[in-house]
Amino acid sequence: MTPLLQVSGISKYYGTRLGCRDVGFDLYPGEVLGIVGESGSGKSTLLNCLAGHQEPDTGKVVFDTRADGPKDTVTMSEPERRMLSRTDWAFVHQNPRDGLRMGVSAGGNVGERLMAVGARHYGNIRATAIDWLDKVEISQDRTDDRPSQFSGGMQQRLQIARNLVTGPRLIFMDEPTGGLDVSVQARLLDLLRGLVRELGLSAIVVTHDLAVVRLLADRLMVMKDGQVIETGLTDQVLDDPQHGYTQLLVSSVLQV
Amino acid sequence: MIQVENVSKDFTLHNQNSVVIPVMENANMTVMPGECVGLTGSSGAGKSTLMRMIYGNYLTRSGRIMVGDLDVVTALPREILDLRRDTLGYVSQFLRVVPRVPTLDVVCEPMLAVGMTQDAAHARARELLTRLRIPERLWSLSPLTFSGGEQQRVNIARGFAHEYPAMLLDEPTASLDVANRETVLSLIGQAKARGAAIIGIFHDEAARAQVCDREIDVSAFARKAV
Amino acid sequence: MSSDYNFAYLDEQTKRMIRRALLKGVAIPGYQVPFASREMPMPYGWGTGGVQVTAACLLPEDTLKVIDQGADDTTNAVSIRKFFEKTASVSVTEETTEATVIQTRHRIPETPLTEGQILVYQVPIPEPLRFLEPRETETRKMHALEEYGLMHVKLYEDIARHGHIATAYAYPVKVEGRYVMDPSPIPKFDNPKMEMAGLQLFGAGREQRIYAVPPYTRVVSLDFEDHPFERGGAQQPCGLCAATDAYLDEVIMDDIGTRMFVCSDTDYCRERRDAGHVGEMGVPKAEDAA
Repeated sequence: MTPLLQVSGISKYYGTRLGCRDVGFDLYPGEVLGIVGESGSGKSTLLNCLAGHQEPDTGKVVFDTRADGPKDTVTMSEPERRMLSRTDWAFVHQNPRDGLRMGVSAGGNVGERLMAVGARHYGNIRATAIDWLDKVEISQDRTDDRPSQFSGGMQQRLQIARNLVTGPRLIFMDEPTGGLDVSVQARLLDLLRGLVRELGLSAIVVTHDLAVVRLLADRLMVMKDGQVIETGLTDQVLDDPQHGYTQLLVSSVLQV
Repeated sequence: MIQVENVSKDFTLHNQNSVVIPVMENANMTVMPGECVGLTGSSGAGKSTLMRMIYGNYLTRSGRIMVGDLDVVTALPREILDLRRDTLGYVSQFLRVVPRVPTLDVVCEPMLAVGMTQDAAHARARELLTRLRIPERLWSLSPLTFSGGEQQRVNIARGFAHEYPAMLLDEPTASLDVANRETVLSLIGQAKARGAAIIGIFHDEAARAQVCDREIDVSAFARKAV
Repeated sequence: MSSDYNFAYLDEQTKRMIRRALLKGVAIPGYQVPFASREMPMPYGWGTGGVQVTAACLLPEDTLKVIDQGADDTTNAVSIRKFFEKTASVSVTEETTEATVIQTRHRIPETPLTEGQILVYQVPIPEPLRFLEPRETETRKMHALEEYGLMHVKLYEDIARHGHIATAYAYPVKVEGRYVMDPSPIPKFDNPKMEMAGLQLFGAGREQRIYAVPPYTRVVSLDFEDHPFERGGAQQPCGLCAATDAYLDEVIMDDIGTRMFVCSDTDYCRERRDAGHVGEMGVPKAEDAA
């Protein structure tokens, strides 16, 4: 089976300061990869390089496109990459305000990607939008409300609906539950797990929260000072950590 | 079905002066389909550790662990994920779930993962929960609010929902009363009858005697201290 | 009258710069061409873009008509017409059929234009996406990559909020199947007229953009399959000339709120009345009823 994403040799420097160095991995359809690390570990830099928000200094991010098979997205033309981010890729920002149009209604937010790829029937667009709002448990009577009137958890769920409406195969998530109340986190995590399984999505989730990653990710990469210091099955890395830093990280988690 | 060959394991605690804790070496065992093998040995001898190594939860330092055709020691992560989904079931001592998910959905999850329909999964989940005497009014609640025994029974239900050809059971009858213990043992018996290869850890000698065809004492694999 | 001004006020180099921009605009219908807008003897927001385009196009033998909301006799139309009379000494007219260059604010004349006529529009905000996407860097990319989903989001929002597309003027159009363009704040009633035999030039002085629609170019108003574009229109004929197919202004007659509806295009109304048409509130062949 062809990997959905083949990453090799990704490095990014900010002047002389290291963002991330020589990161590589394969991701298969239906897999969720967690990237954990503390502040300054390079995980956000890595995510931005993978998702095309920043250009890496070296390396390849080869994505198995529907039309042309595996293509390196780093060297892809900008129009192609932008099209990819609207169709086959999705990006869930930590702050929902970065991933939503706050001045547009919930229905409009979800419908935008459909309209961006040519949908021209109002009734159908609206029906699809309502269907997706329902999937993320936003009630139909909020369809015409603006996200500025939503709670943080609802905004985050709206962001997810907005991203998934065009049926992407790969979803990037940057601290998807960061900033949410603990009670809201749980439902969101379960929603994400359900959608990943139901839609056969692959996901790359960056977080500093080990509990989130244990519940969401199949595989785990631990980053420190810009490098990947350990990688493997999530439960294995967390239960039987080999690297000293990972052991420190795992033993530092507070128990409830 | 499950074959452990010359397996060894130790833990290195880097943050505590890199002390090395030896656990086992030259561990060997085989479990055939339809067999239930009980692991024995004093606490800390390595029973759970060996089980976790077979599941891929712990890394193995050297040796081979064959589950069906796959060597877990050298397998790729996604091969182990596939194995856990379709072939190898694991019922641990602790129930680990996403908070606020209803019990029924918890039990359905492994069935949905192998592609069963919602209806079929729900039906089987209800059947198991009923058998394990979890009252229907609890099915829509999160099991995290249940008593220890109830949580254990939900754990068992989830573990037996999909018919795995190989199963690892870590203290499945702990904290259960007599009636429920019998139910669990009969579930194990049914699994054996359909040809599953089972490894179990049972503190309770009577339970062990009832379902296990053989016993293996893991202290035999103990590694001499360095 | 002789003048201390260069012909049509602008120096020749500036006119050449503007003409280059106009040629680019004509070559790429609907595409906003940046140009170095000059200081004009009127403030921004009063038609400096249109005036610069007109100034660059005028020849001594041209006949100029200037309208503001369809009327030749408002303050702004009069000022601009006098400006060109003084700086270019061109003939001026109020008759659409007599003019070679027509500068307009917010209306298209009712009388269809012919080949050889130029219509110059005054444009406040040239960017149709501006209110949805404030970043110029983003809107330029969207035009370049033909990413116009956001434009339909605006129309979607209208329907969600009002049950129909509520945009009544400056209704966005797609030009020659490629660029989405703001036609300037003309009423949507006028959008169909944009497919015409005349040349249409658009100037935005403050925003420093020029764009164009060549003769016989496809101009399609954006809509949804199940909410097609409707140009709307008056419910009654013109009170003065009984025209049923013209855009009407509402005029309040007295303190108790008596209203009449009259053609916004003063020249068109006069022409109809001269031809003998009389509306409900009109007087046969009256000079000026307003």
